Amino acid sequence: MKFWIVLALSLMFAVPVFAVMPDEMLKDPAEEARARVISKQLRCLVCQGEDIDESGADLAADLRLLVRERITAGDSNEEVLAFIQSRYGDYVLMNPPVKSTTALLWATPLLALGGGVAMVVFYHRQQRRKR
Amino acid sequence: MKKTIIALIPLGLFLLMVGLVLVPLFDGKDPSILPSAMLDKPAPEISLPAAEDGGEGLSLQDLQGAVTVVNFFASWCLPCAAEQKILAQLAAEEKVPVYGIAYKDRRSWLKDWLARTGNPFIKIGFDESGRAAIDWGVYGVPETFVIDQSGIIRYKHVGPVTPNDYKNVFKPLLAELKK
Repeated sequence: MKFWIVLALSLMFAVPVFAVMPDEMLKDPAEEARARVISKQLRCLVCQGEDIDESGADLAADLRLLVRERITAGDSNEEVLAFIQSRYGDYVLMNPPVKSTTALLWATPLLALGGGVAMVVFYHRQQRRKR
Repeated sequence: MKKTIIALIPLGLFLLMVGLVLVPLFDGKDPSILPSAMLDKPAPEISLPAAEDGGEGLSLQDLQGAVTVVNFFASWCLPCAAEQKILAQLAAEEKVPVYGIAYKDRRSWLKDWLARTGNPFIKIGFDESGRAAIDWGVYGVPETFVIDQSGIIRYKHVGPVTPNDYKNVFKPLLAELKK
């Protein structure tokens, strides 16, 4: 019995987290869906770990409205992102752009993996030689 | 000997990474402060109503032709009250026009607040929706911009202007731009 109660309670709280208010949402579901997608790619600069879709900050609410305005005005997803990026810089994008200055940022996981593989291969070859 | 060196490479890389992480941790700079994406770009259009009764609205035109300082502030922002004195000092000593933009404020609050802190601003624009702030890449108050004679943004200061900031940053910058 306890199991079912606990299961029911945990499912009740397992809701997706977003801060969009009903009166912010666009009437056209396709446009609203685009707004949600774009919002997830923009960083809230007040609480810098969250995107503006989930952040409860005032600035995030303003930016959500701005995103919807630009969509209604006919901008494409890229144009909306570029509009906000031109004002706040690269850091406002959740995914850092791939540029010469961020090449190392993007490449490091691959380099680390490659380096690790190289070391394992090297070690094995040495072990083989010992036998 | 060669084997020892090779064995020490992972340790060396690790120490390098530790160094790269520790240096920014202890250099005293606030990592949450963003540099302006609009440096050396023309200041965006402003068209705001007056924040004070009977005052004039603020537009981009007002900023042309001279080195100006634009300060985004709000009466509900505590550090903004603290920097009012410095802004007044800056306006008087550097003889530079200081314009204010009240962010998401209320005129009644502003009136009382200005009576308390003093008013260093030539004009105050009323940015009720906060949209002007977004156009300028402002993400919190206070933020202070220095605009040159041609209307180009030359510097953005995030956070209140402290006496140190005035002495070490604003004074030399304004002197430089006025040449």
